[in-house]
Amino acid sequence: MKCEEAGHVCDKNQYKEASFKERVKLAIHLIYCGACRKYSFNNNKLTKAFKKSDLKTISKEDKNTLKDKLHQEMSK
Amino acid sequence: MPKHQLDPNKWVDLYSDYLFNFTIVRVSDVEIAKDLISETFLAGLKSKDNFKGEASERTWLISILKRKIIDHYRKINSKKGKAEVRMSYNDEESEGDWLEERVSDPFDRTAEDTMENEELGLAILNCLGTLNEKQATIFKMKTIDNFDTEAICNEYNITASNLWVIIHRARKAMADCLEKTWL
Repeated sequence: MKCEEAGHVCDKNQYKEASFKERVKLAIHLIYCGACRKYSFNNNKLTKAFKKSDLKTISKEDKNTLKDKLHQEMSK
Repeated sequence: MPKHQLDPNKWVDLYSDYLFNFTIVRVSDVEIAKDLISETFLAGLKSKDNFKGEASERTWLISILKRKIIDHYRKINSKKGKAEVRMSYNDEESEGDWLEERVSDPFDRTAEDTMENEELGLAILNCLGTLNEKQATIFKMKTIDNFDTEAICNEYNITASNLWVIIHRARKAMADCLEKTWL
């Protein structure tokens, strides 16, 4: 496995979309590749940070409602 | 020449998520939070001539939002008595075990945790603001709203590998941005 692929599998794994085979190959790659180990470490932490922060977003529809209101007010 | 300028056309895209997360930890009701944000934008529009350009647009909007939140609390507090905490340890059923119930629980760090998580959340949103718009939108959809890869690809008419390239770049930028303080 090349580093490029390892990075990709590591990304997919953050969203639980990597297959078992891919995960095994990634784990083997990480044994001997320091750069990817570092990327993987930070990547996992980023995922945890997102979970912990429990962020919410406003849905697209609600955003459009907000925009409409704002535009109405602006054109007055 | 003022350093910062207001551009109300972009407010919703740039700041609504930030304001929403700021509000939701304070009022813990989605509908009220949305109303407060809408009021904030409208109030900002009305008083936009008072903007001196000293603070950034977002800081300025947050200061309006804070006033809106305080007003909201005043309003619900005027319905007196509802905020009172009543403890009734006098009924016969719970007699004898109330002392134990009142001992503080050292493992209950809820308030501190909430505060720390809020700061983390706002730091994340801050970093999201440094990504370009398409990258940020797609990354948010995938990471915060947990959309399927396929759904996002269909919506933006991109291939799965396009999507993963965008996600990869976004994750790298996010990790760099958050590294110093949070990761």
